[in-house]
Amino acid sequence: MPRREGRLKVTGRARYTDDLALPDAWHGRTIRSTIPRGLIRTIAFDPAFTWDQVVVVTAADIPGENVVQLIRDDQPALAEREIRHREEPIVLVAAPDRDLLEAAAEHIRIEFERMDPVLHLHDASEELARIAIVKGDVDKALGDAEIVVERTFRVGHQEQLYIEPQGAIAVPMDDGGVTIYGSLQCPYYVHKAVVRTLGVSDEQVVVIPAEVGGAFGGKEEYPSLVAIHAALLAVKASRPVRLIYDRHEDIAATTKRHPGTIRHRTGVGGDGSLLAQDIEFVLDGGAYCTLSPVVLSRGAIHAAGPYACPNVRIRATAMATNTPPNGAFRGFGAPQSEFGAELMVEHVSEVLGVPSIDLRRKWMFRVGDTTATGQQLNESVGTELVLDAALKNASPVVVPSSPSVLHGRGVSLVYHGSGFTGSGEKKLASQVTVECSRDGEFRVLTAQTEMGQGANTILAQIAADALEVPYEDVTIVPQDTSVVPNSGPTVASRTAMVVGGLVAEAAREVRERMATEQPPIRVDKTYVQPSTIRWDDERYRGDAYPVFAYACVVVDVEVDRDTGEVRVTNLVAALDPGRALHPILAEGQVEGGVLQAVGYATIEEMKMADGGYVNDRLATYIIPTALDAPRIKTVLVENPYSGGPFGAKGIGEIPMDGPAPAVVAAIHDATGVWLDEVPATPEKLLTAMSS
Amino acid sequence: MISFTVNDHAVSVDAPGARRLLDVLREELGMTGTKEGCGEGECGACSVLIDGEVVNSCLVSVGQVEGCRVLTVEGLERNGKLAPLQHTFLERGAAQCGICTPGMLLSAHALLQRNPTPTYEEAQTAIAGNLCRCTGYTKIIEAILACPTRPS
Repeated sequence: MPRREGRLKVTGRARYTDDLALPDAWHGRTIRSTIPRGLIRTIAFDPAFTWDQVVVVTAADIPGENVVQLIRDDQPALAEREIRHREEPIVLVAAPDRDLLEAAAEHIRIEFERMDPVLHLHDASEELARIAIVKGDVDKALGDAEIVVERTFRVGHQEQLYIEPQGAIAVPMDDGGVTIYGSLQCPYYVHKAVVRTLGVSDEQVVVIPAEVGGAFGGKEEYPSLVAIHAALLAVKASRPVRLIYDRHEDIAATTKRHPGTIRHRTGVGGDGSLLAQDIEFVLDGGAYCTLSPVVLSRGAIHAAGPYACPNVRIRATAMATNTPPNGAFRGFGAPQSEFGAELMVEHVSEVLGVPSIDLRRKWMFRVGDTTATGQQLNESVGTELVLDAALKNASPVVVPSSPSVLHGRGVSLVYHGSGFTGSGEKKLASQVTVECSRDGEFRVLTAQTEMGQGANTILAQIAADALEVPYEDVTIVPQDTSVVPNSGPTVASRTAMVVGGLVAEAAREVRERMATEQPPIRVDKTYVQPSTIRWDDERYRGDAYPVFAYACVVVDVEVDRDTGEVRVTNLVAALDPGRALHPILAEGQVEGGVLQAVGYATIEEMKMADGGYVNDRLATYIIPTALDAPRIKTVLVENPYSGGPFGAKGIGEIPMDGPAPAVVAAIHDATGVWLDEVPATPEKLLTAMSS
Repeated sequence: MISFTVNDHAVSVDAPGARRLLDVLREELGMTGTKEGCGEGECGACSVLIDGEVVNSCLVSVGQVEGCRVLTVEGLERNGKLAPLQHTFLERGAAQCGICTPGMLLSAHALLQRNPTPTYEEAQTAIAGNLCRCTGYTKIIEAILACPTRPS
C-alpha cells in the first residue's frame, strides 16, 4: 500500500513550511557572528536607516530565559556578550519584504573583540561529556594476547543535507504566546524550548509540524533555535514572521555529524580468538553541548562492534571547540565508532592472514553472548542471517576493462540499538492515545512526525492490525502539540518499535472495550520499561537497548589509479529488521541510508577555515547524484523480536553504519592502501598510494 | 505584463522581469508545488519544463519565459487523475519526504516524452540534476522504468 501522504507529495499539494501562506507575515533574518571566538563590543544601528519600518530583536528583548533548552543550559538563543563560534546568532530582524530586510541587515554593524579560538580537536581542553565502559580486565588480557594490533581512525563532519532547508513560521497570540509551524522532527522539544525563551505557560505555545522535507537528525534539535528566533520576532512585531533559511545559511550554521578519532588496541590469541578491545573514542562537539553527551553515549556503546569479547574498555569523550555545534545525524555516533570497529576486524585479519569474513564469523554475537556493557543478547540476533544473505546476494566480481581502474570489494557487519539508550525510554515515559470517536472514526494520536520515513503509514498499519479494522479506517491525527500527547521525539530508530508498540497496545484495548462499550472510547498508554530491561546509569552497565538491528554490507568499488577517484558500483545491504512492517518503506530506509553513508565515505567533506565551513554551498558541498549512486540491492532478513509490535525492531539509522568501513576495506582490496579515514577523497587516496 | 502559459493556462503577471520564475510561480500564482532547495541551480527541486525542456526555475527570470509554455508538477494530473508516472512514483515508494518529488517527476516526464523506453543508465542521467537525500535514487529509477505508458 502506498504511503499515507504520498498522493499529496506526487501532486505537489503537500504543504511544507515555506508553502504555508500567511497574510501579513513578515520575513525574518538572523545576523550572526563573523568571528569564531571573542566578545561583542558594540551593536550599532546606522541612523541613516529608518528603523521603525522593521523589527529588531537582540538578547535584551528576550522575555524569558536566554537559553536553547536541551541537555545543558549553555547555548544562548542570542549571544549577549560572549561568542563561541562563527555562526553564533546575535541580532534578529524582520521586515515586510525581503528587500527592506536586506537593507536593514546591511545597516547593522557589530564590533567584536577577537580571542584565540580552539579550532581543532587536538587542541581542545574543555570536556562536554565523558563515558567509560569496562568489561573484564583489558590490561591483563592485552598482556596475555599473542598478537596486539593498534590503529587510529578518523571521521569527518557530515551535513544532513535534507533538501528542504530549516524554517519556522511564528504566529503571535493575543496572550503573549505563539503558534509555531515548522520543519521539525520533535514538536515537544520545540515546544519546551519556546516556552522557556518566551517565559510563558505550556498552554500558550502550540507547535505544529508542516510537511517535513527530510531531516535525518538535522531537524532534531536545531529547529528549537529557528522556532525561538521566529517566535521572538513575531511577539515583538505583533504579526506572523517567517524565518526560512536559504541553503547557504543552512549549511553554514546548522549542526553536522560529529567528526572524531577512534583508537583501537585489539588483542587476539594465536587461533584468532578475540581477547581484548581497548578503545578510545573522541568526538568534536563544537561550541555548545547540544546532544553531544548522548551522541557520545550511543557511539561508545556501539564502539566494540557486534562482537563477543570478554575484555573491553571503551573510554569516550566529547570535547568543545570554537566551531559551530555538532548534533544529531542518523546513526548518532555509531557510524563513527563502528567505522573503527569494522576496520579493526580488517586489520587484525590482515595480521593473522585470514579472510576478514572468517574472523567476523568467529567473533560475532550469537544468542546468549554479552555486549561491552554486559547486556546479554537473548533473542533476535541477526548477525549470521545478514552475513549469509549479503554474501549470497553479492554479484560475481566484474573486473574493469580499463587497466587504470582497479576493482575492490569490502564487507562490514554492524548493529544498532533500537530506541533511546539505557534508561532513556523509561525517563521519557512516552504517551500515545488511540480512540474510537462517537461516529466510529479510529484516531491515533502521537507526536511522531512524518519526515519521509513513513511514520504516518506504519503507525496507521499497526493500529489497523491491532484494531482489526481496514487500514483506511484509521486516521493519523496531525502532530499539533495542543492536541496530541508527548510520545517523545521522532529519533533514535524508536518510532516503529517503541511508539508503534504503545499504539498497538492502546489499539488492542480499544478493540477489547468495543465488545462491551459504545464509542466514544479513548485509551491512553504510557510507556513502562519491561522489568527485564535493567540499566545502571552510574556504571554504564546493563541493557543499553531493548534490542539491536543487524546489517551486513558488501560494496564493490572502482578506483581510478590516476585520479584517485572512488566509484562505488554495487552495494548489497542485508538487514535484520525484526519484522519489516512495510517492506517498500523499509527498503527505502535502507537505500537512502546507505547512499548517505556512501557519500560520507567518499565525497562529502566539510572544509574548515577560521572556525567556519568553507564549502557552505550546495555547489561546493557535494552529495551523491543519481549518477554517483551504486546499484543498491536490499535484502530484508526477518528475525522477529518478541518485544516489538508484530516483531519489528528499529531500522531508521542502521543503514548509515555499514557502508563507510566497507568502502574503505574495498579501497584497500583494490589498491593495497589503508586509508583509515573518511571521506576517502581523491587527494588523500593519491597521497596514500604514492607513499 | 509578462504573458506565458502555465500548465496550459494563459497567465499574465505584473512583475519585474528579473524576478525569478520560481518566486512568481510560488508567490504570485500560488503554485507551491515547485520547491526551493538551494537557489543556485544545484539541487533541481525547483525543476519545471519550459517548452518541454527541464530548467531550474530558480535560475530563470520571469522575463525569459514570455510566450513560453511552462509545465509544473500541478500540471501532471489529468482530470483529477494521477498521471502514470505519478502513479508509479506513489506505488513504488519513489517519494519519501517528497520535497524533491515535483522536480524529479518533471525530469522523468521530460525523459519519457522523448524516450518512452529508457534504459537504467538513461533514467539515471535524466535525473542527475535532481538531488534526493532520502531514496538512494533506487526506487525513483525503478518507478521511471516501470511507467507503463508514454505520457501524452
